[in-house]
Amino acid sequence: MEMLVASAVGIMTAAGMYLVLRLRTFPVILGVALLTYAVNVFLFASGRLIVGSAPILRYGVDVYADPVPQALVLTAIVISFGMTAVVVVISLGSYLGSDDDRVNDVPDEEDAA
Amino acid sequence: MTHWLIAPIVLPAMLAPFIVLAARYHIGIQRVFSLVGVLALICIAMGLAWSASDGTILLYQLGDWAAPFGIVLVGDMLSTLMVLLTAVLALFVLLYAIGSGWDDRGPHFHALFQFQLMGIMGAFLTGDLFNLFVFFEVLLIASYGLMIHAGGNSRLKAGVQYVLFNLLGSTLFLFALGAIYAETGTLNMADLAVRGTLIAPEATVGIRVAAVLLLLVFAIKAALVPLHFWLPSSYAEAPGPVAALFAIMTKVGAYAIIRVYTLVFPPQLEATTGLHGVWLLPAALASLALGMIGVLAAKKLDRLVAFSVIGSMGMVMIAVSLFTPEGIAAALYYIVHSTLAGAALFLIVDLIKSSRASLGLTAMPVVAGATLTGSLFFVGAIAMAGLPPMSGFLGKLIILDAARDSALAVWVWTIILCSSLVAIVGFGRAGSVVFWKATSNAVPDETPLPIPHPLSFVAIGGLIALLAAHTVFGGYAHAYAIATADQLFAPEPYISAVLGTPGKLSTPMEGH
Repeated sequence: MEMLVASAVGIMTAAGMYLVLRLRTFPVILGVALLTYAVNVFLFASGRLIVGSAPILRYGVDVYADPVPQALVLTAIVISFGMTAVVVVISLGSYLGSDDDRVNDVPDEEDAA
Repeated sequence: MTHWLIAPIVLPAMLAPFIVLAARYHIGIQRVFSLVGVLALICIAMGLAWSASDGTILLYQLGDWAAPFGIVLVGDMLSTLMVLLTAVLALFVLLYAIGSGWDDRGPHFHALFQFQLMGIMGAFLTGDLFNLFVFFEVLLIASYGLMIHAGGNSRLKAGVQYVLFNLLGSTLFLFALGAIYAETGTLNMADLAVRGTLIAPEATVGIRVAAVLLLLVFAIKAALVPLHFWLPSSYAEAPGPVAALFAIMTKVGAYAIIRVYTLVFPPQLEATTGLHGVWLLPAALASLALGMIGVLAAKKLDRLVAFSVIGSMGMVMIAVSLFTPEGIAAALYYIVHSTLAGAALFLIVDLIKSSRASLGLTAMPVVAGATLTGSLFFVGAIAMAGLPPMSGFLGKLIILDAARDSALAVWVWTIILCSSLVAIVGFGRAGSVVFWKATSNAVPDETPLPIPHPLSFVAIGGLIALLAAHTVFGGYAHAYAIATADQLFAPEPYISAVLGTPGKLSTPMEGH
């Protein structure tokens, strides 16, 4: 299972990084989304990988899963979801306004002159 | 336990929805509530700074849960100083936004402004790294809204870059937090400070990676070269008052570096020794040099000021990266100066923008109200470039003095002194083109642009007056900075206040 989780984090990070370096907003946003998935899985793994054990301390239970990363990952999911929505709205506005969805700095006429 | 410590977060958090829900269509009511809120915030911040000024560590346990289990807010001298600085800056920025009418050019300026304040205050007060991440996100999401306030294509385009860059920064932050949690099993800063010393020397790989990742995140926020690329176009395209408020946002990054790398990963910690000290100082020197060269090379006034902010952050980070009490004290003195000077310059640029055809550094007809604007720009530029008699000069002297014993002292002195000269030339050129060459151009027949509202001048004058006070009472300010730095380098009271204060769960029951 360690191999599976580690390669999932690695592949998603690599793919996300590749997409983030693209020129247009759509692949870049997809890349950011992939990166946030990768980080969510990574946060899960930060509490050690345990299957089928109690998340909360109880009498008579010796092995339990760490509940803190689950709380952290919940917060991270909510925040990254909200942020992705914001960036979609802003880049849509930018695209519809200027008919151009590149993310690089275009030198304006004053600089070019 | 007093509840005042959470007031700087709760007050704007309550005010913002109230402004959205109750005063949505009444800009007058919004202005009144926003102003009253910020004034109350200043009073609270002064009270907190006063009660922390004798070295007391103020602690607030949310829900009365004891420290490593619950989230805590901690107010020491550094936190309360930054909270007070933010509140004071917010007042003048708000006055300017009202005077110039910026707040009426798009919806929800005041609500977003209050949310932004909430995030900044929370970031300064929290004692928990994950909570720091959450407050970073609160201040960022409000700043996205403020950044594209009043719209416009170029602003939206810069906004997209700003948002994407910060999203990547947030992702990196989460990776760092996950790594720290995996290594230590806690995210409370005081608890981390204790557990960091327990890591065996042969098992430091994870914590070293985490420490560097975390430093990268804060360096992005502090716009340290080579992670500064988001700053120039975002700050130049943001509305004037928003850019002025953003002057404190780079300082949030500097604050986080100071806090985490004196408390959690202090220079003497063996697990992370020889990590950040090696390249933080060269990066800070590069920031200073690049920022001031950018001042000289800029073709537009707003970019010029944005680059001067990068330069002054470089100056702050030079002092921070010495990681000595003298260095941190110098950095704190300079942070106050740099925030006020940067904000004043952004507001002055906005004044010029409102009374001139464009911000390009070419000769154009006289700007409206040129005498007053010109003299304000003169004073602001002197402060930013660090010439006597303003506080920038004192701050620079203190930094030079603090760097005397550093291994790279020659480089620090050379780059600070040369970059100051470059900055003076850059600001001198900009000022003379905008204000003096103007008279040689014929005034066109069309009706002149209106003279800015007096309230705008009051706001900028207030910031300049604060800078003057920071200079005149520089001795007291520096003494306070030294006391703050000493408190940072003796973290035992902080740790024992956070971990030792009883609350729920503080004493585990029998059998668990």
